[in-house]
Amino acid sequence: MSDNGCGFPAPGLHSFLFKPITTVGGFEFNKVMLLALITTVLVIGFFWAAFGKAKVVPGKLQMVGEAGYDFVRRGIVYETLGKKEGEKYVPFMVSLFFFIWIMNIWSVIPLAQFPVSSIIAYPMVLALIVWIIWVGLTFKRHGFVGFFKNVTGYDKSLGAVLPLVMVIEFFSNLLVRPFTHAVRLFANMFAGHLMLVMFTVASWYLLNSWMIPAAGVSFIMTMVMILFELFVQAVQAYVFVLLACSYIQGALAEHH
Amino acid sequence: MIANLVQLAAEEEQNPLIPPGPELLVGTIAFAIVFFVFWKKLLPNINKVLEERRAAIEGGIEEAEAMQVEAKSVLEQYKAQLAEARHEAARLRQEAQEQGATLIAEMRAEGQRQREEIIAAGHAQIEADRKAAASALRQDVGKLATDLAGKLVGESLEDHARQSRVIDRFLDELDQKAEAAR
Repeated sequence: MSDNGCGFPAPGLHSFLFKPITTVGGFEFNKVMLLALITTVLVIGFFWAAFGKAKVVPGKLQMVGEAGYDFVRRGIVYETLGKKEGEKYVPFMVSLFFFIWIMNIWSVIPLAQFPVSSIIAYPMVLALIVWIIWVGLTFKRHGFVGFFKNVTGYDKSLGAVLPLVMVIEFFSNLLVRPFTHAVRLFANMFAGHLMLVMFTVASWYLLNSWMIPAAGVSFIMTMVMILFELFVQAVQAYVFVLLACSYIQGALAEHH
Repeated sequence: MIANLVQLAAEEEQNPLIPPGPELLVGTIAFAIVFFVFWKKLLPNINKVLEERRAAIEGGIEEAEAMQVEAKSVLEQYKAQLAEARHEAARLRQEAQEQGATLIAEMRAEGQRQREEIIAAGHAQIEADRKAAASALRQDVGKLATDLAGKLVGESLEDHARQSRVIDRFLDELDQKAEAAR
């Protein structure tokens, strides 16, 4: 793939492989892990600065923090779960949203230029946590039989096709859903990163003699893609949290 | 060339959907830290402040409402007082007007009375003067006439018994003429 005759260093899966920066006791620590940890530091750092000494009359930073907090709390959690049921999940959803968003934003930050969430491990961990909460909650709310009724979409009125529906629903809810939940975020960031790398590398690669105009076009495309990615990053963080809320809502709801 | 082939082989082995173990661990830790700090420290912090702010705003609204009610009652009180004062003023004005009218009437009556008194006094004075003048005149005229008549007849009539009768007759004639001329 990288050896197609013209020497163009086409981006591919190797763009998502990182050599370890250091090895700590056999543990290979790479750039993406570093970015993930910096994400933690940044998210906590910002909100600590904003909410650490929160005042009734907010400063600018606190105001921005409150806007972000309120967006997730009211805009996502209260909207889907309601104020009474949702309150309990607000800390989880708020941290989830900002953690994912910053992981995504690394894609366009100079020097980093790599979305942490384009490594499947990170979305998968988060989707797994949501899945565990969902399963636990469904058990707690509906009991053992209720859990299976809920998960399989048990509905007597379906008659003869009920067994088929139950099998499909079972796999869909229990196995496919957490997978798609993680992959939706991962694939968006993965593809976005590929596009960015492609146009960035091409702008550089085309920068000789008669191909310079093409390099210009490629550079403009890089800029456009950066703007587009900024949008996609926020949307994907939003979608991930929204889906998490809607799964939990499904667990809280009475099964039909 | 061999290095390339090795790299290609490595790439083919890599499946982007299979998560590498260490990353799972790092991701979990990274998110767990964020979650715990938010859960235990930052969000309770901001929630407390938001609650305080809500209370402050609601308290402010309540206070403002109370003040508005008070202002309204005070305004009504003032309006009532003002209306009362207006009423009182009107009453006083009317009273004053009435008093003034009676005063004027009284003064007019008094003036009238005084004028009449003065006029009556004048009239009496004039009458007295006239009478005095008339009697004086009568005497003077009688004297003058007798003097004149004495001079004309050349004899003194002063002691004449008829003297007074003649004069009286003359004067009566004069009176009659004056009456007729009038």
